[in-house]
Amino acid sequence: MARTIINVPQPAKRGEIIEIRTLIAHPMETGFRSGSDGRKLPRDIIRRFACHYNGEPIFSAEFFPAISANPYCAFHTIATDSGTLVFTWEGDNGFLQSETVAITVA
Amino acid sequence: MRRTAAPAVIALVRAVAAVAACCLALASAAQAPADARRSGFDAMGPSTQAMQRDDTQNPGMLWVRDGEALWATPAGEAQKSCAACHGAAASGMRGVAARYPGFDAQLQRPVNLGQRINLCRERWQRAGPLRAESQELLGLESFVAHQSRGMPIVAAAEPQLAAFRERGERFYRQRFGQLDLACTQCHDDNAGKRLGSSVIPQGHPTGYPIYRLEWQGMGSLQRRLRGCLTGVRAEPFPFGALEFVEIELYLAARAAGLPLETPAVRP
Repeated sequence: MARTIINVPQPAKRGEIIEIRTLIAHPMETGFRSGSDGRKLPRDIIRRFACHYNGEPIFSAEFFPAISANPYCAFHTIATDSGTLVFTWEGDNGFLQSETVAITVA
Repeated sequence: MRRTAAPAVIALVRAVAAVAACCLALASAAQAPADARRSGFDAMGPSTQAMQRDDTQNPGMLWVRDGEALWATPAGEAQKSCAACHGAAASGMRGVAARYPGFDAQLQRPVNLGQRINLCRERWQRAGPLRAESQELLGLESFVAHQSRGMPIVAAAEPQLAAFRERGERFYRQRFGQLDLACTQCHDDNAGKRLGSSVIPQGHPTGYPIYRLEWQGMGSLQRRLRGCLTGVRAEPFPFGALEFVEIELYLAARAAGLPLETPAVRP
């Protein structure tokens, strides 16, 4: 399990535009570098990131080798209802991580 | 007439000069001499500064969180966690990292924070040492150092350290490698100028372990020092070498008073 840091404003005001920030520990190995033995290091990157707000997709992104290690992703949404935000990162070598954060909308 | 006037004019000039000198002295005494020391933070671009300032953006916080988890995890034969002896890090570890490297009475030599963590593991947890630059050690170091963020760096006071610190200073002024360069030639004589596209920092260890964008990860001061030694084409000392701890000691005294920034972000 990779370490993640997710920041959601709490509590959010209904109808307000909020910024959600995510950070995940991942090497994002490009597949273009060679190791000390001269052999290519196999690619190991996160390929897709998505966020669902009460089941509804509100943001998704495709990641490519040029994205740095430990990718940071921030995006905006409108706070509608209290509930859950589900964040998923999918990548090479079967990498799959899901985090759930509760959001309170007042 | 001239003969008598000339000494009077000279005396007058002297008096004016003396008054001016007094005024200058007073002026400089009135405003304390400005500290010309700068953290590498000041030379960074605004976006990198923002990355360090904001804990939700600072990738170093991933290591701090890892360290926080390790702090509470029992380890070794003793099955004790760090917290079992030290309690909450927020109170027990506050200010500790700011006064490292310190002196170990048993070994009769200085040890840096990472070595102290490994000594604790060996003596109290009865666990094997964590490998230098391993994610676990960097995590624990970052977590402990993070408790002192914003506190001024203090040169450890133990009198036994003086000789080691002096050797560290000599190392700092010693020319090394095929390029025949000493630390001081870049970090004192040419600090603020550029080496290629990068600004040469004054070399104050204010934020270690640091998240370095070039490394795409976290690294210790010794990793940075090894990088500099390789840069001047010298054979770097191995991790944990006494020479490195001695220079860390000198650098801490040289940076005394500057606030600790761990986890710092550097380009």
